[in-house]
Amino acid sequence: MVDWRAMNFDLSDEQRLIRDTVRDFARNEVAPLAEELDREKRFPYELVAAMGRLGLMGIPFEERWGGGGADTLSYALAVEELARIDSSVAITMAAHTSLGTAPIAWFGSEAQKERWLPELCSGRRLGAFGLTEPEAGSDAGNVRTRARLDGGEWLINGAKQFITNAGTEISGCVSITAVSGEIEPGRPEISNLIVANGTPGYEPGPPYRKMGWNASDTRPLSFDDCRVGEDCLLGARGAGFKQFLQVLDGGRIGVAAMGLGLAQGALDEALAYAKQRRAFGRPIATFQAIQIKLADLATEIEAARLLTYKAALLKDSGAPFSLTAAQAKLKTGRLAVRASEEAVQIHGGYGFIEEYPVCRFYRDAKILTIGEGTDEVQQMIIARALGC
Amino acid sequence: MKICCLVKEVPDAAVQKRIDAGTKRLDRSGERTLNPFDTHGIEAAMQIREGGAVAVDEIVAVTMGPDTAVRALHKSVALGADRSLHLSDPALSGSDVCATGYALAKALETEQPDLVLLGQQSDDGECYTIGAVVADHLKMPSLTQVIKMDVSEGKLVCQRQAEYGYDTVEIALPAVISVGDAINEPRYPSLKAIMGAKKKPLDTKGTGDVGIDPSQVGEAGSKTQVLGINPPPPKQSGEIIEDEDTNETVEKIVAWLEERKLI
Ligand SMILES: Cc1cc2nc3c(=O)[nH]c(=O)nc-3n(C[C@H](O)[C@H](O)[C@H](O)COP(=O)(O)OP(=O)(O)OC[C@H]3O[C@@H](n4cnc5c(N)ncnc54)[C@H](O)[C@@H]3O)c2cc1C
Repeated sequence: MVDWRAMNFDLSDEQRLIRDTVRDFARNEVAPLAEELDREKRFPYELVAAMGRLGLMGIPFEERWGGGGADTLSYALAVEELARIDSSVAITMAAHTSLGTAPIAWFGSEAQKERWLPELCSGRRLGAFGLTEPEAGSDAGNVRTRARLDGGEWLINGAKQFITNAGTEISGCVSITAVSGEIEPGRPEISNLIVANGTPGYEPGPPYRKMGWNASDTRPLSFDDCRVGEDCLLGARGAGFKQFLQVLDGGRIGVAAMGLGLAQGALDEALAYAKQRRAFGRPIATFQAIQIKLADLATEIEAARLLTYKAALLKDSGAPFSLTAAQAKLKTGRLAVRASEEAVQIHGGYGFIEEYPVCRFYRDAKILTIGEGTDEVQQMIIARALGC
Repeated sequence: MKICCLVKEVPDAAVQKRIDAGTKRLDRSGERTLNPFDTHGIEAAMQIREGGAVAVDEIVAVTMGPDTAVRALHKSVALGADRSLHLSDPALSGSDVCATGYALAKALETEQPDLVLLGQQSDDGECYTIGAVVADHLKMPSLTQVIKMDVSEGKLVCQRQAEYGYDTVEIALPAVISVGDAINEPRYPSLKAIMGAKKKPLDTKGTGDVGIDPSQVGEAGSKTQVLGINPPPPKQSGEIIEDEDTNETVEKIVAWLEERKLI
């Protein structure tokens, strides 16, 4: 186990190899397809299959279920390297892992794990997490979807909003929050249920037209007298609220790694471009105004990287990590927006043209200050930890 | 059949290469990785195993280098080698190509391989010669820059990159073969293989363990002496011809080439 208290900034041999392998994979396999996938808004089935074969679709889960048995930092490194090249592919893997598969791995019964984890960890099937609703976003506890026991089955009615990975041809299941009763008058009891794709009454809607993450699958879901077995309850009845907070806490490390990777990718592109683009008879990288942007970004990215890796190491060492994860998420989301903006600026007019990856990065960055808890929600969590 | 793959840890290609003026050697302090050419050697070994024409009992990754070189071995076993041998000894530091080839040959003698595979060049030194030196010491036939290999009992039929086209050569085993990067597309190590890499046996041996004569290796045992080392001269900026009239442009290019006697 990693002893983060030693302040050792070295990666282990395994972590380094995982990072380098995903870096090679992203550069060689993802980069050539990224522009086309985005333009055609096409889900990257072939890349998901390839990532599945490499073991990248179940990095932090137990080997007995087909997972990689690696730590959270390894997972974050993999997400970072993917996002450095393409955010749609990165979020597909990250949402599948920390939102789709984690609830079953953490709270599922042996039977539920046996049914789902081998399929999910291998990437043959995708997992999704349905928390957000039309009236429950930041206020995620304001769930309106209802589930009640009816003749030994859960009868589900309601709708979910903005759900990642639920509507692809290989989507396996979605874990949803639903009100399953009342703890006391006016206090709803929230439970989580696993709903398999193809269950009558469960319909993923048409995909949204989005600003970015165009190759990732995001849809509304509807549940209309949808019936699932009693054994689809995830963990204890009424544990749903605590469970989803825990899932979101862990998920933030993955999303922070996305922001970090996107920012690094934007810097990579901007730096390469600045060295090669000439104006006034010399490379624009020799102008101090450009150098200042690049130097500031490199510094901010390194700071964000330390915060993100620290959150991962805290989680792996069993220490409380919610505060650091919220800080990492807040820092990296904003940084991704800023870095991609600066990268476009450094590209001049070319940055506004889709052939240049920074154009896509700019569109892909914005969701990182919104999804899995908005900046304002992260600030609430951080302020609470400060004792406000 | 037993295959030994020679591998080397080199500075990562993304790192700007710098020369250490004091030691007159490449500054190897930055990020390092397995020499990309050697990954083609390991992949070639894996393809022989998976091809099934001969039974491969064992693939052993062998390196000579400081402690950090273990990482190159970890990657090698993650890519499919069964175990690894690390030749490491302060006495080896500063060895030139001949001394390195001798030391590696001594280490290989303890393994008695039927086939030795290696990348045709290293990303740092780019000498292209280690394979031949090793083969000479082992008294084995050797081919360099091989881009295709068909194995059968006791022999190999290889295609070797030549100036024009390629040569097809049959060679008896045991042999030493250096491979070019056109020979195959190395696989990515799977997460499972990465996580399992440390469970595969790794032997560390010093000069004494493999019968290396210490006077033949290290800086003192090297027959070459580096008197000076300089970075390559910066690339001259090219001449850009604006394409206004294509016929004119072609004429300009042809004139430019003729002026330099290139055509
Ligand atoms: C592409 C995409 C993919 C997504 N994937 C998933 C998924 O897989 N699963 C899932 O469950 N959800 C998913 N989401 C939903 C996402 O997590 C929510 O959109 C997000 O949490 C914000 O909720 P909301 O959109 O309802 O905004 P609201 O909660 O309505 O917020 C609107 C604004 O009000 C602010 N605000 C709200 N409350 C407060 C407060 N108390 N103090 C200060 N400011 C406040 C917010 O910060 C924000 O600026 C996804 C969204 C998108 C766009």
